[in-house]
Amino acid sequence: MPTTRRQFLSLAAGVTAAGTLPIVTLRPLQATPAMLNGAIRNLVGEAPVRTGRVKLDIPPLVENGNTVPMTVSVASPMTADDHVKSIHVFNEKNPQPNIGNFYLGPSSGRPQVSTRIRLADTQKVVAIARLSDDTFWQVSAEIVVTLAACTEEMN
Amino acid sequence: MAALINVPAKARRGDVIEIRALTSHIMETGFRHTADGKLVPRDIITSFPCRYNGAEIFRADLFPAIAANPYLSFFTVAKESGKFEFEWIGDNGYSSTASASITVE
Repeated sequence: MPTTRRQFLSLAAGVTAAGTLPIVTLRPLQATPAMLNGAIRNLVGEAPVRTGRVKLDIPPLVENGNTVPMTVSVASPMTADDHVKSIHVFNEKNPQPNIGNFYLGPSSGRPQVSTRIRLADTQKVVAIARLSDDTFWQVSAEIVVTLAACTEEMN
Repeated sequence: MAALINVPAKARRGDVIEIRALTSHIMETGFRHTADGKLVPRDIITSFPCRYNGAEIFRADLFPAIAANPYLSFFTVAKESGKFEFEWIGDNGYSSTASASITVE
């Protein structure tokens, strides 16, 4: 039987619908980009997050995800009416999307924080700064991780 | 627990100084399993406040993504001579403190 146009269209629609179905894979030990966005929305609410002003210093390639040096700095005069209130760092694929929240104030002098973090996989790290006027600024970096952290077996 | 604090001993009034603090802690993520499949319970430091003559000047909320033996570096303006007090607060009632003094001229 020759395929009619109607049959072809319904078939094509079915394939398209299947193609857009969310692929549900259960990976409880890995945050997803959706969790990353959720964590960011928890922080900023409905406010827009602009790109810029924040600088994230982190090696683009790390051999050992167990200890990755990271420095976040923000372009801000740090005066009483124009300063950084807090810096928040998130990741995409660790078991949990949060890395750390750092609370500063005008007396911090320089809006810069350094620490060492764990990365479970090759992924994106996002740093968001909240300024005293409650605007949010972000920057992200892609990091390639050779040896993953977090979920390895204990010896 | 042992802590390593690095604060300049002396500073001029108004200088921006760097403070570095390192403490020894396993920072067990709570996501690891032993070889026989048991989950290793989480044991991390969750909060790190720093006070300068009693007033909080910096605080960090830490998550399992912070590496073992958490290291933090941050800045503050040297306002007056006095004492910096550091506290590490964590799971299972963990608490540890350290302090350092500064002379401001």
